[in-house]
Amino acid sequence: MALGPDSPQHILRPVRLSTIATSFAIALLLDFLPWKDLRLTPDFVALVLVFWCVRQPRLVGLGIGWTLGLVIDAGNGVLLGQHALAYALLAFLAISLSRRILWFGLLQQALHIAPLLAFAEAVTALVRLAAGAEFPGWTIFVGPLIGALLWPLASVLLLAPQRRRVNPDETRAI
Amino acid sequence: MEYGPPPFFKHGPAPVVRLAFFASLSLALLVLDARFHYTEGLRNVLALVAYPLQRIATAPSELGRRIGDYFATQSALREENAQLRARMLAALQSAQRNEAAAAEGERLRRLIEAGEKLKRHTIPAEIIYAGRDPYALKVVVDKGTQHGVVPGSPVVDEAGVVGQVTRAHAFTSEVTLITDKGQAVPVQVLRSGLRAIAFGGGSSGLLELRFMAPNAEIGDGDRLVTSGIDGTYPAGLPVATVVSVERDSAHDFARVLCKPAGGVDRGRFVLVLSGAAKPAPNFGGAEPVKPRRLVPRHTRKNDGARSR
Repeated sequence: MALGPDSPQHILRPVRLSTIATSFAIALLLDFLPWKDLRLTPDFVALVLVFWCVRQPRLVGLGIGWTLGLVIDAGNGVLLGQHALAYALLAFLAISLSRRILWFGLLQQALHIAPLLAFAEAVTALVRLAAGAEFPGWTIFVGPLIGALLWPLASVLLLAPQRRRVNPDETRAI
Repeated sequence: MEYGPPPFFKHGPAPVVRLAFFASLSLALLVLDARFHYTEGLRNVLALVAYPLQRIATAPSELGRRIGDYFATQSALREENAQLRARMLAALQSAQRNEAAAAEGERLRRLIEAGEKLKRHTIPAEIIYAGRDPYALKVVVDKGTQHGVVPGSPVVDEAGVVGQVTRAHAFTSEVTLITDKGQAVPVQVLRSGLRAIAFGGGSSGLLELRFMAPNAEIGDGDRLVTSGIDGTYPAGLPVATVVSVERDSAHDFARVLCKPAGGVDRGRFVLVLSGAAKPAPNFGGAEPVKPRRLVPRHTRKNDGARSR
């Protein structure tokens, strides 16, 4: 639903809660895949969370982000609360920027998403450094960048259930 | 609330208030977990939620590995079989000698009225994936509390110590590698009997002996084994080989770097030495051993560094 002056406007169907729940489940699944190097892997849950916070700020917000963060923390066996904190901040920023972000096309939206995801990663890194861990190198910011590159694809996929069939009615009066 | 907004404008608390609430909740959890380790119950509940998803996520790669195992060629299997047979013979022989020596040691121990060494049982386990935390060096193995793994158990492979179980779930456990920055192993130089503590060197993949006097009797190629005085690691397991000793008079201590003996960053099969992990009373007989905290306070902040 890009509201830009030149972009075509489609009216989407209302989102179903099952779509949101399924997308989060798939994102968690993707996050739990046995990746070789976690630093280079985008955080799919963060990406989907930003997407729904931007698209449906009334339905998805800080509470859901925080809970998902806790599940990620427990599943990964890391410090309990580090992703919860990062996702709460991420959801807050995404909700506050949602009206601005939706004004742009998909590629410009991705430019907005990259700093958001990088910020969430930085919050996690700060928490771990404060807890006495060793800095694993700047490659941790490659994952968020790849995540931002995946934004157009994620948008198309996640909006697919809401799209109407293009079915122009030739005999319609108006 | 006479002049309050109509109900359809109400969205609950303002976003900033929500953010403050969730941020402070997370910070409280972080402090509780990192400082006091009070959150294990909550963690276990949440891990149960994540477990089915993790299971499904790791299923394809596991299946692929199984299929790969199934289609291993016959010649490769026969070759491996022959190798294993030869190794088993050698191991059996050394086990027999070991048994005799152990019996003798037991008798001598009883003679000097030292506490008997505690028996441990071993649980073979397979590393299923590397730890999901870029800030710590961990692996996850496929045996958990259901199989008798207890947190704190040492984990070894055929060449030496690999790490220590830092968290045991129902069906999996997390093993912190000895190269993790927060991990420490009490060691002994095999040649001179010098005792030391090997700390993990982090991403360098090496171990470091801290607080060694500049004139300490240690050199390149010295082999380090566990000293066993902590009651966690049984004595005599190979830990590392010294690769460099820097004696700089500008520093108070020598800088000793060692390469781990066990397959810390390779290999698939490990043994979890589970069971009694308490030091026997009057261990060793010669000197009283204080129960020692493996990891000093300043490194305990790391959640991986837990020695029990």
